[in-house]
Amino acid sequence: MWTYEKKLQYPVKVSTCNPTLAKYLMEQYGGADGELAAALRYMNQRYTIPGKVIGLLNDIATEEFAHLEMIATMIYKLTKDATPQQLRDAGLAEHYVSHDSALFYNNAAGVPFTAAYIQAKGDPIADLYEDIAAEEKARATYQWIIDMSDDPDLNDSLRFLREREVVHSQRFREAVEILKDERDQKKVF
Amino acid sequence: MKSQQPFTSAKSYVPPHSPFDPCPPIGRKYYSTPPNLYLGFQPSDLPQFSPADALRKGTLWKVFYDYYDNPYRKGAGKSRD
Ligand SMILES: [Fe+2]
Repeated sequence: MWTYEKKLQYPVKVSTCNPTLAKYLMEQYGGADGELAAALRYMNQRYTIPGKVIGLLNDIATEEFAHLEMIATMIYKLTKDATPQQLRDAGLAEHYVSHDSALFYNNAAGVPFTAAYIQAKGDPIADLYEDIAAEEKARATYQWIIDMSDDPDLNDSLRFLREREVVHSQRFREAVEILKDERDQKKVF
Repeated sequence: MKSQQPFTSAKSYVPPHSPFDPCPPIGRKYYSTPPNLYLGFQPSDLPQFSPADALRKGTLWKVFYDYYDNPYRKGAGKSRD
């Protein structure tokens, strides 16, 4: 179970009315390498991984939900006061006719989330390499969004999220080191 | 801090361009090579940020901090290789 803290992991401030950025951010909301996919991937893999790294998957999965909440806040702030015309200009007309300004787990191109985005092979090394790749892909996505965005406050929050992907990747790489370690093998040289 | 690292956290290359490519050459393409690629298992006793700084930067460990900015924007990417 979880306890909920009624605050964001990092403050989200948006300084420009630019609903197009909301469209880009949806890649990290309901996209293949987004925060929802990350949280569900690790939350599910933790059942079938050696005990030494279950806690890591649990902790990172939990943090990804906190990131999902930050992305949701960004999208909400960027769309809540937008008129239908502004949403159309932002390329969100299709989103509007289906959802009004409600958030939905779509990627930036409007493709809805699917469980096929997340993997669980049951092989600890294969799954951790999958997780490392997922973190690098999320890091890259944040870079591409920062490249497209001129909002300094939004970019500040995105830089925080990108940094966390760097740290997550590091920890998954360490998990591989733990699982491949030979210390217990009683080697005689 | 960055200059003390034995690695750089971004690299670049020039993609090929032919006279028949429709767009003018982009010049350099940049890609990140963040600290997690270089450290292996985290060594002990690494320098830390203060707790307040760590909360803002997203990591407690100075070695893992990797500021990113759009390398294609004018004026950006200056501190890169
Ligand atoms: Fe992550």
